Amino acid sequence: MTALTVPARPEHHAGLRPVPWRRMAWVTWRQHRAALGGVAAFLGAFAVYLWLSGLQMHHAEAAYCHPASSLSCAINFTGRYGETAIIVSIALQAVPALIGAFAGAPVLARELETGTFRYAWTQGIGRLRWTVGELVPLAVAVTAVAGTFTVLIGWYNQPWVAAGYVTPFSARVFDLLGFAFAAWTLAAFAIGVLAGMLIRRAVPAIAATLAAYAALAFATALWLREHYITPLVTHDPNLPGSAWIISHWYTGHDGKPLSQAAISQILRADHAATNKIGPNTFQTSVNVVGYLTQHGYTFWVSYQPGSRFWPFQWIEGGWLLALSVLLIAATVWLVRRRAA
Amino acid sequence: MTMNIIETSGLGKRYGSTWALRECTLAIPAGHVAALVGPNGAGKTTLLNLAVGLADPSAGGVTVLGDKPAGSPAALDGIAFVAQDTPLYKNLSAADMLHLTRNLNRRFDQRYAESRLGELGIPLNRKAGKLSGGQQAQLALTLALGRRPRLLVLDEPVAMLDPVARHDFMATVLTAAADDGVSVLLSSHVLAELERVADYLILLSLGRVQVAGEVDGLLACHRLLTGPAAEADRYTERPVVHARRGQAQAHLLVRAGADDPVPPGWETHPVDLEELVMAYLREPGAAALPGPARGRALPPETGEPSEVTR
Repeated sequence: MTALTVPARPEHHAGLRPVPWRRMAWVTWRQHRAALGGVAAFLGAFAVYLWLSGLQMHHAEAAYCHPASSLSCAINFTGRYGETAIIVSIALQAVPALIGAFAGAPVLARELETGTFRYAWTQGIGRLRWTVGELVPLAVAVTAVAGTFTVLIGWYNQPWVAAGYVTPFSARVFDLLGFAFAAWTLAAFAIGVLAGMLIRRAVPAIAATLAAYAALAFATALWLREHYITPLVTHDPNLPGSAWIISHWYTGHDGKPLSQAAISQILRADHAATNKIGPNTFQTSVNVVGYLTQHGYTFWVSYQPGSRFWPFQWIEGGWLLALSVLLIAATVWLVRRRAA
Repeated sequence: MTMNIIETSGLGKRYGSTWALRECTLAIPAGHVAALVGPNGAGKTTLLNLAVGLADPSAGGVTVLGDKPAGSPAALDGIAFVAQDTPLYKNLSAADMLHLTRNLNRRFDQRYAESRLGELGIPLNRKAGKLSGGQQAQLALTLALGRRPRLLVLDEPVAMLDPVARHDFMATVLTAAADDGVSVLLSSHVLAELERVADYLILLSLGRVQVAGEVDGLLACHRLLTGPAAEADRYTERPVVHARRGQAQAHLLVRAGADDPVPPGWETHPVDLEELVMAYLREPGAAALPGPARGRALPPETGEPSEVTR
């Protein structure tokens, strides 16, 4: 090695030119291309299936479902593909969680688990730049892949929306459409990297990511989403199918809402009403609405109109994006201050 | 060169309620191969982690390469660190590891790195995980030296290596130190090779600096006295670091120069580095630190000898 010339060491003045981002991008790509390839292969296989099965559904819908209420539509479209479509939409719900867990959680956990962080964090590029250079391109990549995939999901669902069996607002498909799918994927990735940083081991971090994602997704679908915009309230029991009904209730002569028990009591007390509508077909039946309104009670329904689908997508995409940025920023902060 | 490659003042690191390192005040001048020795749990890895910026101090401060805060961009730029067990990305090839390191640093001597791997017979296309332990260590060292650092920090670099690999590894380090003027700080359990390798010694014990100084200076101010065991306790002329007694003879390692008077009936010998280190390792209370400002005063009298040999 004495034969080799040693390059003159540059002056170490205060303002060192940092290592360029594009060189860090190569590092991230080289380290994670297998994981990204796995995500691409997984989504690719899923996409081929969606494409083939979607084509059949489109043909069936076009051939039999005009009008959508026809018997042939029920037999050849709904009957034949309905179950499959439900299973597929449930499987799709898990996709962001899986991408986030398998692409996100190991990024830092693997470094900490194998000790390679001692290599990575002592290179000239510096810990902060390294972390940002790893996390941001990966986050953008998984979000972009998921966003592209959404186009296919939308196309797959389109016959069901056209035939009136699925409203875009339903919990089954809302987060598969629009911005929501990509935003949920990004959030899962962000949860994954933070879990990996906190837990420091890949497999437990993957499990924790799946659990945290499921909790967040269920809480959003069950409680949070309906409050994005204050629901509209109406007396009209015949809302269009695109509307998302949040709740309904009755008020008495004094303006106070009736309890479930009170409604049952009123219906049972009137023998004729009980005979006419049966004991078990309560509130949702228009007959009940009609009966109670005739007797001076007022029917109320709160709902989100179908026109609010895109505002809701913006809101859900927005807060998920904000959450993801926050989680990734927290991760970067933890990397900076972590003691070896 | 009067620059200090590492300088610490009152440096301490606490994990939970345990101090892994405390009141560590050091100044290692540039241009040395400095060995950091001490028993397990003495704080060696902690001190190295603080120096390379992997850990933040709980107390005091540490600067490197003159006056740069540890972990700052300028510090990272000039320091290459090879951690314990030489972590590498096992699924990447040697060539990829070179490429990675080149991309993660402002400069990287690709020609040097490739020719070194060639000399060592490490195939560029072999995955790091498939290399032998010695080859992995050499690859990690090559990555570090390819960065052309001013300071090379090695944490237990040879602990896992067989004797041949250990020798080859240290030969590379010493060549870099001699030819390129790289300062080296290495921690090691292996005392046998220390004298050949190190010209500066830092001995840590129980999280504190026990001995620090140039090896020549330390050897010059310590002597081994051999004399009658019965008289061992009466020797008080110079501080005794460690006393080893047999039935007839006692061996005292004392802080004394070659010109210091020797009691009648006693013989004096120079010490070697291993004897010196062993004596201090056996007496965690004793200290030999340069300068009055640094560390604690020597104990006025040595305590009970900790070891009795027959």
